[in-house]
Amino acid sequence: MSRKTYAMAIRDVLASEMKRDEKVYVMGEDVQKLGGIFGCTRGLADEFGDDRCFNTPISEQLMIGAGLGSACSGMRPVVELMYMDFTFVAMDQILNQVAKTRYVFGGKARIPLVIRGQQGIGRGNAATHSQSVESIFMHFPGIKVACPATGEDAAGLLRTAIRDDNPVMFFEHKGLYATKFEVPDDPDFCIPFGKARIAKAGTDVTIVANLLYVHRALEAAAILEKEGISAEVIDPRTLVPFDYDAVEESVKKTGRLVVVHEAHKTAGWGREVAAEISERCFRYLDAAPITLGTKACPLPFALNLEEAAVPSVADIVAAAKATLYK
Amino acid sequence: MDRERALWIYTTMNKIRAFEEKSYKFFEENKLRGSVHLYTGEEACAATVCSTLTDDDYITSTHRGHGHCIAKGAELDKALAELMGRATGYCKGRSGSMHIADFSKGNLGANAIVGGGIPIATGAGLSIKMLKKTNVCVCFFGDGASNEGTFHESINFAAIHKLPVIFVCENNGFGISVPLEQSTAVEDIADRAVGYGIPGVIADGYDVLDLDEKFLAAKERALKGEGPTLLEVKTYRYRGHWTGDPETYRDRAVTEEWKAKDAIVRFGNYMVENGLATQEEIDKIQADVNEEMDKAAEFALNSPLPDPAHLMDDVFFEG
Repeated sequence: MSRKTYAMAIRDVLASEMKRDEKVYVMGEDVQKLGGIFGCTRGLADEFGDDRCFNTPISEQLMIGAGLGSACSGMRPVVELMYMDFTFVAMDQILNQVAKTRYVFGGKARIPLVIRGQQGIGRGNAATHSQSVESIFMHFPGIKVACPATGEDAAGLLRTAIRDDNPVMFFEHKGLYATKFEVPDDPDFCIPFGKARIAKAGTDVTIVANLLYVHRALEAAAILEKEGISAEVIDPRTLVPFDYDAVEESVKKTGRLVVVHEAHKTAGWGREVAAEISERCFRYLDAAPITLGTKACPLPFALNLEEAAVPSVADIVAAAKATLYK
Repeated sequence: MDRERALWIYTTMNKIRAFEEKSYKFFEENKLRGSVHLYTGEEACAATVCSTLTDDDYITSTHRGHGHCIAKGAELDKALAELMGRATGYCKGRSGSMHIADFSKGNLGANAIVGGGIPIATGAGLSIKMLKKTNVCVCFFGDGASNEGTFHESINFAAIHKLPVIFVCENNGFGISVPLEQSTAVEDIADRAVGYGIPGVIADGYDVLDLDEKFLAAKERALKGEGPTLLEVKTYRYRGHWTGDPETYRDRAVTEEWKAKDAIVRFGNYMVENGLATQEEIDKIQADVNEEMDKAAEFALNSPLPDPAHLMDDVFFEG
C-alpha cells in the first residue's frame, strides 16, 4: 500500500497500464506537457513519449469518435475529457456511436475505450463546469459507468476499465483529487464492476451514495451513530452494471433506504435505485425510500448558493431519521 | 488500369446497381421496410475507390451505404437479408439499411447520423499510424455532412497528425431536398481543404478513370505519411433521397441528363473500346450479376426472422 492522492492513484494506474500494454494510450485536452489541469496525466508523455500521451484540439466530438474508431481497430485509448460536462458537446458520438456500435453491427466489434474525467461541485466552476452527469449514461444501454469514491477504488476500477473490451465512462470527482488514500501497489490490482462496497456496516437504515457523497454519507452516519441510529453506507462503485443485490440484501436487513447523490434528483440514478428496490423487496420496506440529489436549478456560482443546491450532511441525517419516523 | 481491376470495378458497379434496384422493388412490394437510401447512380465512386483496398484497409460509410458495403466485400445475400431484418443478415437483423457493416472486411459501419462516421474514420487512421501499418482508412460521407462539426474537427485533427485517411465527399447536390447552394457557401467542397492545409481534389463521379487517378494519388500521399486528402466526388443519385421521396424539389430532366452519361455504361464501353473486355464478357457479367442477385433475393426471402431470445445479446462484450 502507498499513501497517495486520488489524482495520483489515477495517474499511476494510467502509467502502469501504459507500461503493461503498448496499445494503451491517452489523448485529451492539455494532457501532454501540462499533465491535465488536475495532474492526472502528469509525466506520462515524458515517460512513454508524445505519441502515447498527446494533446487534442478542443474538439470533443473528434476525441470521442476517434477514440471509438481507434478502439475498433486495435488500440486501447483512454480519452480524458477536461470536464465531464463536455460530454454534452460530444453526445452523438457517445450515445449514438460508442454505445451502439457493438450491438447494431451484430456483436462483432470490441470497443476497449475509456472516457474519463472529473465532475462536480467545490471549485466555483458554476453552471456548465460543476454538474454531475453520470445518470444520463445509465439510461442508455451500451456503456459501463464507474464512479470511484476513494483512491483504492479509483485505482482498481480504472485498471478494470482499461482492460475491459467494452466502452467505459469513468467519472471522477474534482473535490476528491487532493484527498489522500491508501492505495494498493499491486500492478494487477483490479476491482470488478458491479460489486458494491459496504463503506460502513449498519443495521437501521441503508444509505446508498456515490463519489463525494459517499464521504458525506459517512459523515451523516457518524452523526446518526451518536443518536443511536446505525446506518449502513453502500457505494455501488459502478452504476452500469449496478449491484442491486447488495442494496437489496441491506434493505432486507434495515427496512429503510436513502439514496443520495450530487446528480440532479429529478430522474437521477437514485430514483432508479429506489424504484428497483421497491419492486424487488417492497414488503421488506418499513418506510418509503427517500432520494436526495441536487435541486432542479442550474448550479450557481456563489459558494453558499452552490451548497444550497446540493444535499447537505444535515439533509442526509434528516432523511435517514425520516425513514425511521423520527 | 489493368484488366483484372477493370473487370472487378465493372462487376462491382453492376452488383451495386442490381442490389439497389432489387431493394427498391422489394420496398415497393412491402417486402422490406425502414429508411432505405439508394446509391443508384453513384456506384462508380465506391467501386473504384474500394478496388484499390484490401480487407486490412478500413472504411466508414453513411446512411446511403449499401454501395460501400458491397464494394468493401459484402456478399449480396447477407446484405439483402440485413435490409430485410433477417437473422442471416450481416448484423443479425439489428442494423437494417442504415447501419450495415461487415467488420471482418474492414468496414467500420454505415452511419445513420450525418457526419457521424468522420471522427471514427479518423480514429482508425490513428490506429494505423500508431500500429505502423501500411494501410489507409477511407471515410465516405456526403455533401450534407460537410456542414457538420465532425467534418471540421476530424479533418483538422487528421491533418495535424498526418493520418492515412482519405476523406471522400460524395457530393450528389442535395441534402434530402436542400440544394447545395442553400446549404453551402462554396461551390466546391474541395475548397474547404485549404483551411486544413491539405489538398482538396475534385473527381468526376461518373468517370471511373478520373476517380481512379485522383484516389490513387490521395492514397499514395496517405501511405507516404504525408497526410489526408479531401477528395470531392461530383455525383448524382437517380432515385430520391429515400425510397418514398416524391422528389418535388428537383427537375427530373436533370436526372435524365445524368442517366444519359451513366458511369456503368460509359465504363463498359471504355473497356470494350480499349481491349480490356469483349462485349460478350460485358454481357456475361451483367447476366451473372443478375443471377447472383436473384439467388440473394431468394436467400433473404427464405431466411428466418431473428429469434427474440437473442434480443439482449451483444449489448456488451462478455468474456
